[in-house]
Amino acid sequence: MGRAVVEVLERLRVTVDFPAEQTCCGQMHFNTGYGPEAGRLARRFVETFATSELVVSPSASCVAMVRGHYPRLAALSGDQGLIDAVAELTPRVFELTELLVDRLGRTDVGAYFPHRVTYHPTCHGLRMLGLGERPLALLRAVRGIDLVELPGAAECCGFGGTFAVKNADTSVAMLTDKVRAILDSGAEVCTATDSSCLMQIGGALARQRAGVRAMHLAEILASSEHHAAGGSPSVGTGALP
Amino acid sequence: MSHDGERPPRSPRPPRPPRPPLAPFPPAARLALADTQLRANLRHATHTIREKRDAAVAEVADWQELREAGRAIKERVLRHLDTYLLELEAAVTGAGGTVHWARDGDECNRIVADLVRAHGADEVVKAKSLTTEETGLNAALARHDIRALETDLAELIIQLAGETPSHILVPAIHKNRAEVRELFLRSLPQAPADLSDDPRALAEVARLHLRERFLEAGIGISGANFAVAETGTVAVVESEGNARMCTTLPDVLITVMGIEKLIPTWEDLEVYLQLLPRSATAERMNPYTSLWTGVHPGDGPREFHLVLIDNGRTSVLADDVGRQALRCIRCSACLNVCPVYERTGGHAYGSTYPGPIGAILTPMLVGVRNAPTLPYASSLCGACYEACPVKINIPEVLVHLRQQVVSAEGPRTSEALAMRLLAVVFGHRRLYERAQRIGRLLQAPLARRGMIRARLPGPLAGWTDARDLPAVASRSFREWWGRRA
Repeated sequence: MGRAVVEVLERLRVTVDFPAEQTCCGQMHFNTGYGPEAGRLARRFVETFATSELVVSPSASCVAMVRGHYPRLAALSGDQGLIDAVAELTPRVFELTELLVDRLGRTDVGAYFPHRVTYHPTCHGLRMLGLGERPLALLRAVRGIDLVELPGAAECCGFGGTFAVKNADTSVAMLTDKVRAILDSGAEVCTATDSSCLMQIGGALARQRAGVRAMHLAEILASSEHHAAGGSPSVGTGALP
Repeated sequence: MSHDGERPPRSPRPPRPPRPPLAPFPPAARLALADTQLRANLRHATHTIREKRDAAVAEVADWQELREAGRAIKERVLRHLDTYLLELEAAVTGAGGTVHWARDGDECNRIVADLVRAHGADEVVKAKSLTTEETGLNAALARHDIRALETDLAELIIQLAGETPSHILVPAIHKNRAEVRELFLRSLPQAPADLSDDPRALAEVARLHLRERFLEAGIGISGANFAVAETGTVAVVESEGNARMCTTLPDVLITVMGIEKLIPTWEDLEVYLQLLPRSATAERMNPYTSLWTGVHPGDGPREFHLVLIDNGRTSVLADDVGRQALRCIRCSACLNVCPVYERTGGHAYGSTYPGPIGAILTPMLVGVRNAPTLPYASSLCGACYEACPVKINIPEVLVHLRQQVVSAEGPRTSEALAMRLLAVVFGHRRLYERAQRIGRLLQAPLARRGMIRARLPGPLAGWTDARDLPAVASRSFREWWGRRA
């Protein structure tokens, strides 16, 4: 999935850098109740990307973490240097579709993907970032695509980070309804802007041998007539950064 | 809370007995999820009200401004709660009512029981009051041989079934009409043998049962949706008219109200009387809005007692992130849109207040140590925040309370150890890269075509029981990038 992001950006003549010091934004720690650990990872993130012109992440929830929660984490630390660094960095952090549509002004990125696809708006993308039509605009511009509507699209897939294991039964009940909606849509691919939600959805589709795969939006955008991106046939996500 | 000098000095607070922790959410949810009738009832009810609410809200062009006003007014109340409470007390007293102050549920129940016994009554009629549910008033009254009859149709159903409410506004949401019919046939002598499950027929039986009691009862007990500090007016909004009966027919009216239900002025009601019905029942206006100010000779009750109860609310107020939960107007919109509530129902939360608002309010009212699983009973999807008419950022408070749970449970739990270890790994690039390689080695016997299908140990089994897990890629992005450069 990371490779797909690089391919799309380079196709659009963006110079891509990958600071190797980066690890994790700290979202899992923060959302599970481990604020001090999340604070240290936030500091690391801010230092790692201090000199980057723009920062892009193909994960709406990670961007929501940085933009939505780093300011409070910084404030809690009481460190004015960190508070200033966060305030300086966050306007330069973009979710992939925000970067493509708002910053680069592109909806057609030259992709070709001759498959029936349905789009699941993830909760953080939908409600925290307000991605709205951006992902759909990008998908509609893909040549060969058959984009079909997902019933009950705005409902959570049940991932929720550690919720998926702490409340596995409830998580799976939510996931089952999401999978049913995906199957009802008739799509062969379910796409989204968050790898974590796709891991949840894709994990169930694979377990159920549903014949439908989960793919990150970036992988669809990276596909072209010359080159079909998208990883293994059973699932399109899972590569860690 | 400040007190004026004229009130008699109070005895020091007696030490409270340790509160038993609530039953944990995950196993209760597991049981509820397996109840197919419950799932069908809840799904139908929540989806119906969701669609209606969306339509009712869409009609109001300035809905977002109304929400902001609803937030701001309550925020002001909370900042000056001491002043407004004293203003309310003076206004109610001036209008011929009596104000009582209750520190906790026990004190509240004692005040109410004493009032009922002082009038020599052995039965009271109650309009739906979640606050008295919170204090366990009915059981407390029963210990004094006082019967409390719930008169809200759904509350009556719950009382007859010997259950507790599973929804703030629709306490019997977990029951369908066929179940209600059977219950009425079993427990109400007024029910004809050929009772159908038509809602109208069911309501008629309840009406016959309740009407006699309303006319006989000497004491009514109600909750309150709002109290206007400047006028001393108490407001109850409802659909059925039972609260109107409870608050007007008996000679004595006792209203139990949480101290956060205040609004400063009469004019402020206009904001909440628009926000509440549309959010709660998707109505433009609720059928009955009862407003009363003290007592009036020849009209309504001859005695009015207002019991103002803290019961943990001031400790919520002391939490700078959590205090926004006190803005809640008990509309239930957050329950109706919640994907967790929709599937588990209210009983799984094990508290008077279920759903997203219960998951934040309950731990703060009873202490996070007594409800440590509730802040985790959410996927943080944010639908509740979006729906909340007073803009309570429920996900923010959930995460805030999770920090408190982690602090309370200490650094030695296996989860805390694992999280600290992960934080160390994420804190060092070399460790992180090494962990990826180790993961690849460890998963080798389990991974097939990029996926792990076998049951993983410990909490990860919660994942692999129902889903495959993507394996660490044979070549990570980072390795691909490194070789490309």
